[in-house]
Amino acid sequence: MADKIFSRPKGLKDVPFHYCPGCHHGIIHRLVAEVLDELDVRDKAIGVAPVGCSVLAYEYFNFDAFEAAHGRAPAVATGVKRVHPDAVVFTYQGDGDLAAIGCAEIVHAAARGEKITTIFVNNAIYGMTGGQMAPTSLIGQVTNTSPYGRSAEAAGYPVKVSEMLATLEGAKFIARVAINTPGNMTKAKAAIKKAFELQISGKGFGLVEILSTCPTNWGMSPVEAAKWLAESMIPYYPLGVYKTSEGGAK
Amino acid sequence: MAEKILMKGNEAIGEAAIVAGCRHYFGYPITPQTELTEYMSKRMPQVNGVFLQAESEVAAINMVYGAAGAGARVMTSSSSPGISLKMEGISYIAGAELPSVIVNIMRGGPGLGGIQPAQSDYFQATKGGGHGDYHCIVLAPNSVQEMVDTTILAFDLADMYRNPVMLLGDGALGQMMEPVEFNPSETKPIAKPWAATGLKGRAEPNIVNSLHLQPEKLELHNIHLQQKYAGIIANEVRYEELYTADAELILVAYGITSRIARSSVEKARREGMKVGMLRPITLWPFPEKPLAALAGKASAFLTLELSAGQMIEDVRLAVNGAKPVYFYGRSGGMIPSPKAVYEQIANIFKGKEAVKHG
Repeated sequence: MADKIFSRPKGLKDVPFHYCPGCHHGIIHRLVAEVLDELDVRDKAIGVAPVGCSVLAYEYFNFDAFEAAHGRAPAVATGVKRVHPDAVVFTYQGDGDLAAIGCAEIVHAAARGEKITTIFVNNAIYGMTGGQMAPTSLIGQVTNTSPYGRSAEAAGYPVKVSEMLATLEGAKFIARVAINTPGNMTKAKAAIKKAFELQISGKGFGLVEILSTCPTNWGMSPVEAAKWLAESMIPYYPLGVYKTSEGGAK
Repeated sequence: MAEKILMKGNEAIGEAAIVAGCRHYFGYPITPQTELTEYMSKRMPQVNGVFLQAESEVAAINMVYGAAGAGARVMTSSSSPGISLKMEGISYIAGAELPSVIVNIMRGGPGLGGIQPAQSDYFQATKGGGHGDYHCIVLAPNSVQEMVDTTILAFDLADMYRNPVMLLGDGALGQMMEPVEFNPSETKPIAKPWAATGLKGRAEPNIVNSLHLQPEKLELHNIHLQQKYAGIIANEVRYEELYTADAELILVAYGITSRIARSSVEKARREGMKVGMLRPITLWPFPEKPLAALAGKASAFLTLELSAGQMIEDVRLAVNGAKPVYFYGRSGGMIPSPKAVYEQIANIFKGKEAVKHG
């Protein structure tokens, strides 16, 4: 009889994801669930799902969860954490949810040093509404609402969320990772784990920005999308740890 | 019997919330309810509670959503423009069936309006305000003591029906001082097995949610909500009647205007006019049946509001064409004098119609 060395994390239900082929949400869900398993905190985990493609995240996670209104997940998580200070509370948000409509909520949750963790999935486009420009869409990027390519004159510049939040005193761990290669995936999981550990030790707010792909709305194959992420997104959104509780920004 | 103390309306609501077991308050300052936010910032730490001044009304109501979904007794408060910002969250709270208490100490509008008392958020409070088919239970006290009692009641009703309850006052009630006593509720605390608290050994996750993507499921959810509302309508209508037994004219007024109306009614009675009053304490559910019953006896109705005429629509629906319903109202923060209201009453008895507005 062979030993079982790999299995579904306890934090994920045994149901199929609805995500498109090549989308990174499935991998990110799994990494979050693995980390909660490894930290043995599934029993006190409370997730807050966003509006967007991952609106149904609570259908996949196997622990208590909330569905929040557009952008309001950090405020909802604040209410939850203030009632249950010992719970492990996290928000799971996309770029439209976090960097556009919910910009105030994430900035102030970080400024307060709210003891929550935010998983920020940045794929530089609005996924669920069908491929419109996001605050994180790159200059020149063609979307359904920037059909001639995003222009700085008309639409301004892409928001660098990690750099912005790292300036706030209450933010204690800010990192940007990607999961386009096995090596980056390992680093992403380590960052997610670090952010949760920091919450559990009560230090303050943590955010992990995860650059990810949207082959469907980018109009690419999954392989082309991974290449575009590496060649176009990472140069504008450099990977790395922007702030740690041990002190100092990168 | 508890000791009577002199308190400002806004602060009395805060103390009543603490007596009701509320230990989480999320709010944002806005005139004329700011004393409540300030009071909670002082008192909550003293009772091991949580006070958080949110970055906006939008954030505050979503903190309420989180705390209520996590099983806490939680309150927020604001005034008219701030309540408009909270409407998104209130719709979600109603959709997710979360017990929450929301205080609206009204000021004049629309827009930034002014900071003086008004009752022009009646439509917003009783007809939804946010999107979708939902109702808040709306309580309208008319004294500082009643602000205390209805605050405590609000927490009990919220838990009992898993529904947002709005305490609807106005700037005058919020700012006035009267002697009050605090009598705790006799209602037993209700268990919340549906709350998202962390599994803690529970097998199935609890999900706090208002999303139902399948039309069949969303319709079933709406039917369930409507059945719940029907139960609230059947059981929770509250009102006060004054001199209605022989009244030919019935004044209908709530909150601060009911105090003015009462003075006018008393004067009219002394002058030999058979005038009575019905004061709704619940604006939703509205005391429709008692008004319909009075429509079988009285000759006419006069609605008095600090608005251009909002509750009058519910009065007309209740009276259903049986008798004329007149209106007298002031807006913008203007408050009618008892004399002015008396003149409206006298005019109706003389066969003249009450002025429409102003």
